[in-house]
Amino acid sequence: MSNFVGGPPFRSKESGWLMPSALLVLWFLVALVAPWLPLTPNAVDLPGILASPGAETLLGNDDLGRPVLHRLLVGARVAFLVGFGVVALSLLIGALVGGIAAFAGGWVDLVLVRLVDVFLAFPGILLAIALAGILGPGIDNLILALAATGWVGYARLSRAQILALKERDHVLAARALGVRPGRVLVRHLLPLTLAPLIVEATFGIGGVVVAEAGLSFLGLGVQPPQASWGSMIREGVSYMLVAPHLVMAPGIAIALVVFSVNLLGDRLRDWLDVRAL
Amino acid sequence: MVGLLISRLGAALVVVLGVCTLVFLLIHLVPGDPVEAMLGESAQPADREALRAALGLDRPLIEQYRDYLSRLVRLDFGLSFQDRRPVATILAERLPATLELALAALALSLLLALPLGVLAARYQGSRLDRGAMGVSLVGISIPNFWLGPLLILVFSLWLGWTPVSGREDPASLILPALTLGTGMAAILARMVRASVLEVLGEDFVRTARAKGLGEGRVLWGHALRNAWLPILTLIGLQLGGLLGGAVITETVFAWPGIGSLLVEAIQSRDYPVVQACVLLVSLSYVLVNTLTDLVYTWADPRIRWHV
Repeated sequence: MSNFVGGPPFRSKESGWLMPSALLVLWFLVALVAPWLPLTPNAVDLPGILASPGAETLLGNDDLGRPVLHRLLVGARVAFLVGFGVVALSLLIGALVGGIAAFAGGWVDLVLVRLVDVFLAFPGILLAIALAGILGPGIDNLILALAATGWVGYARLSRAQILALKERDHVLAARALGVRPGRVLVRHLLPLTLAPLIVEATFGIGGVVVAEAGLSFLGLGVQPPQASWGSMIREGVSYMLVAPHLVMAPGIAIALVVFSVNLLGDRLRDWLDVRAL
Repeated sequence: MVGLLISRLGAALVVVLGVCTLVFLLIHLVPGDPVEAMLGESAQPADREALRAALGLDRPLIEQYRDYLSRLVRLDFGLSFQDRRPVATILAERLPATLELALAALALSLLLALPLGVLAARYQGSRLDRGAMGVSLVGISIPNFWLGPLLILVFSLWLGWTPVSGREDPASLILPALTLGTGMAAILARMVRASVLEVLGEDFVRTARAKGLGEGRVLWGHALRNAWLPILTLIGLQLGGLLGGAVITETVFAWPGIGSLLVEAIQSRDYPVVQACVLLVSLSYVLVNTLTDLVYTWADPRIRWHV
């Protein structure tokens, strides 16, 4: 909400890029190279059950003696894939639906706006929880459930943007020259809405990472033995008194990623000069 | 005014019908056969047919839909698969716990967010502002399924001040309300700050200052009185996050409300209960937002000219 109505933003525009960017780059790298690292996230080590963090295992072992660090890195990949997959899918659907609604106008707009209203009537991740629950567990169903509920925000945003843009001179000129409506939308209108959509998508990645972890925490997402930050917390809760590291490690990972994404979103909004999101 | 009221209620009604339709379609949109999903692959064909007939799934979709709507009007949500009791009775048992938690969390978040947001806006750019917004960003980044277990670890297991879970003891409300309320406060504080900042830039605030009113009078008497309407709308919208977040928070603390009922029902594939929980929560959300919308219109005469 910085720089909402002019006046000094609560931090200067130059500062505050380094920490979140560095953390997110680390996250990307871990997610990308995880399959080629010598990780044994599912290796059961019975003598090492619930081992505390130390020289033997950097972040300790879980209730089956599996190394928490390895599971954390694998979980980073899951969070990354789901986060970017869901946001890309939602952004694509949302930008198109919102664009078509605003561009077509008339009854098409009316129907699509009502549809968006209906989806917005489901609070928070409730619809995703119900959808993931009915579709059944698994990463692909998780992505489907989150994208099916996630496109709405982007649709509303891109509709508002295009409504404000579609009477611009260059659009009227393109139409007067006989450019087909679909091409006008994709080539002349949607690119202009990119800045606010990118800012929204940045915050969206944080939201999806939390949602994925939340659904996995409820047992509706990633299934055992595969590691996800949410399911690691779910499994660690019963051992909190004897082995708090099982809950601390994935929790800190989620909080750091989400914090960096939100901080970066704030900076991007100031930098791209997108107001009132 | 009456015309406006009718148009707002009409729009709300369309949304309500849409929500009911989407919840109906939820089960039918699922790839595969819900009966197979419920009974498992090893079930006898005769059992499958019996369940299909009992659920009405063998009839045409449009007929099922009509039947579903006419039962909804009579508040008949069917019988639970799990314990064969009316779903409406089960919901009624679980509702008070969720209301209690939601109200406690809402009160707590207002108590935290209002002063924090107003002061941050008043002293925009100051150390207080940056501190408050930094804390709120940290608060937004901590998911409630992590905060909840952490609070249990500290206050229940180490200090022994509060019960770990359940709802037998009045003190057991404290930790779930803290978990849900602080997360909401973090978001709300930023929105309150933005609303107050917007009002502080208005002409009447400059007039109030120009005629020599003290900063306190300007802030609390003029700015806040005009900012509370947008804030009310924000609270209505935030209630969505609260109700959605309650599902996870209730599960963490085994709080016997609608949210934990939903998760239990999903795990036992009790579809009538799943449907009813989703309907109840989202329809209350629509109701609250329609009400805040109407209050806004009623309290702010400027709105009428725009419609």
